[in-house]
Amino acid sequence: MYDGSKIIAGLIVFVGLFTFPFLYNMGKASAKPEPKIDTPVIQQLAEKKCVEPKSFMRAEHMKLLNEWRDSAIRKAKRVYVGAEGKEYTISLQNTCMKCHSNKKKFCDECHNYMAVKPYCWDCHLEPKEKKL
Amino acid sequence: MRALFSFIVVIALVAIVFVGVKGANLEFLFGVIIPYAALATFIIGFIYRVVKWGRSPVPFHIPTTCGQQKTLPWIKDSKIENPSTTAGVIARMALEVLVFRSLFRNLKTDLREGPRLAYGSDKWLWLAGLAFHWSFLIIAFRHLRFFMQDVPVVVQWVEGLDSFLQIGAPLLYITDVIIITAVTYLFLRRVYIPQVRYISLAADYFPLFLILGIAISGVLMRYFIKVHVVGVKELAMGLVSFNPTIPEGIGVIFYIHLFLICVLFAYFPFSKLMHMGGVFLSPTRNLANNSRMVRHVNPWNYPVKVHTYEEYEEEFREKMKMAGLPVEKE
Repeated sequence: MYDGSKIIAGLIVFVGLFTFPFLYNMGKASAKPEPKIDTPVIQQLAEKKCVEPKSFMRAEHMKLLNEWRDSAIRKAKRVYVGAEGKEYTISLQNTCMKCHSNKKKFCDECHNYMAVKPYCWDCHLEPKEKKL
Repeated sequence: MRALFSFIVVIALVAIVFVGVKGANLEFLFGVIIPYAALATFIIGFIYRVVKWGRSPVPFHIPTTCGQQKTLPWIKDSKIENPSTTAGVIARMALEVLVFRSLFRNLKTDLREGPRLAYGSDKWLWLAGLAFHWSFLIIAFRHLRFFMQDVPVVVQWVEGLDSFLQIGAPLLYITDVIIITAVTYLFLRRVYIPQVRYISLAADYFPLFLILGIAISGVLMRYFIKVHVVGVKELAMGLVSFNPTIPEGIGVIFYIHLFLICVLFAYFPFSKLMHMGGVFLSPTRNLANNSRMVRHVNPWNYPVKVHTYEEYEEEFREKMKMAGLPVEKE
């Protein structure tokens, strides 16, 4: 091979770049996120239901929150009608966080795993969690 | 026709994975076996192609010379456009690889009345190419968040910058818009300009449609048809730690996205996409124009038996003298 040392050095860089995730994760254990819904308020609920079904909330909660933000702040409309016709007050702190008071064990669990940083708490006060 | 053929191939690929996952539950095949096979094909094929190029000799010293060559000290030489040193070559290669310097000089020619040939600046190809390649790089880098347990700060910075317009939720990535626009332009350019359409092959259209398919499926998955994204990361982490798992309920659009990427990886070493490695091995770019200082020896050269004039005169001196021919040594 002509200029073999340079070409092989380049190829080593290439292989290193494209197998980087494999090399990085070697010998590291990965933990799945397990969001908890065992807050006192949820446990007292007769029917453990969110404003929409779980499958919808899992996929679309960010979109729903965004719509709630626009509805409450820009249109001053504070009533949300859920899929089952039940009415809810549009409020992150008084509706969402009333049940899901465990931000660290609920929100952050998946958000940290996926390295997502929602900007909810740029404006809203972060809930003060009691140390268990 | 060639564009249509490539388009149908990409649609067929999407249909294959759709039927495979929805109809036959082949999640393990499309989620584990094919990704591993595609990555192996990519890496081995890439190395094979580069080594094959490395073994080809460069018989002539052929750097393109786009500026004044290094010559007399009072003539200013162009150190990057016509490099005579390794540092100059590195600068020229960096400009070529990072900002597509040679494409920036792209011209369009136009036959006007007269007949008169007119040349004009044409930066659109350069701009779209640059936008496309850099978006692709940033998008690929951003995807590292699916492959690392604790996502490094650098990846988070890039992601934050990419989504800093804070449009919608999930936040819109600027690169998503740019890559789809740029690839669409690169496709329309091939169709719209008659000369370019004439020389375009199925092998030119196919990667465009494939990359467009990857981008569109990714955009659909992020903004419209949602998938179980935590499950996606579990699958990705399983792959990179050689501990593959198939989480439940990810959604077929993810498998379409993944399969198209696998096809891109597997197709890479067999296609023009190898310019990723090839750009570094271009003798017109990576040689210093120092042919006045250093002799370039053709690697094909074999030792030639020569008969110098001294040896010739030694052999025929007496006969030359008798014939009255001048000789150098008496």
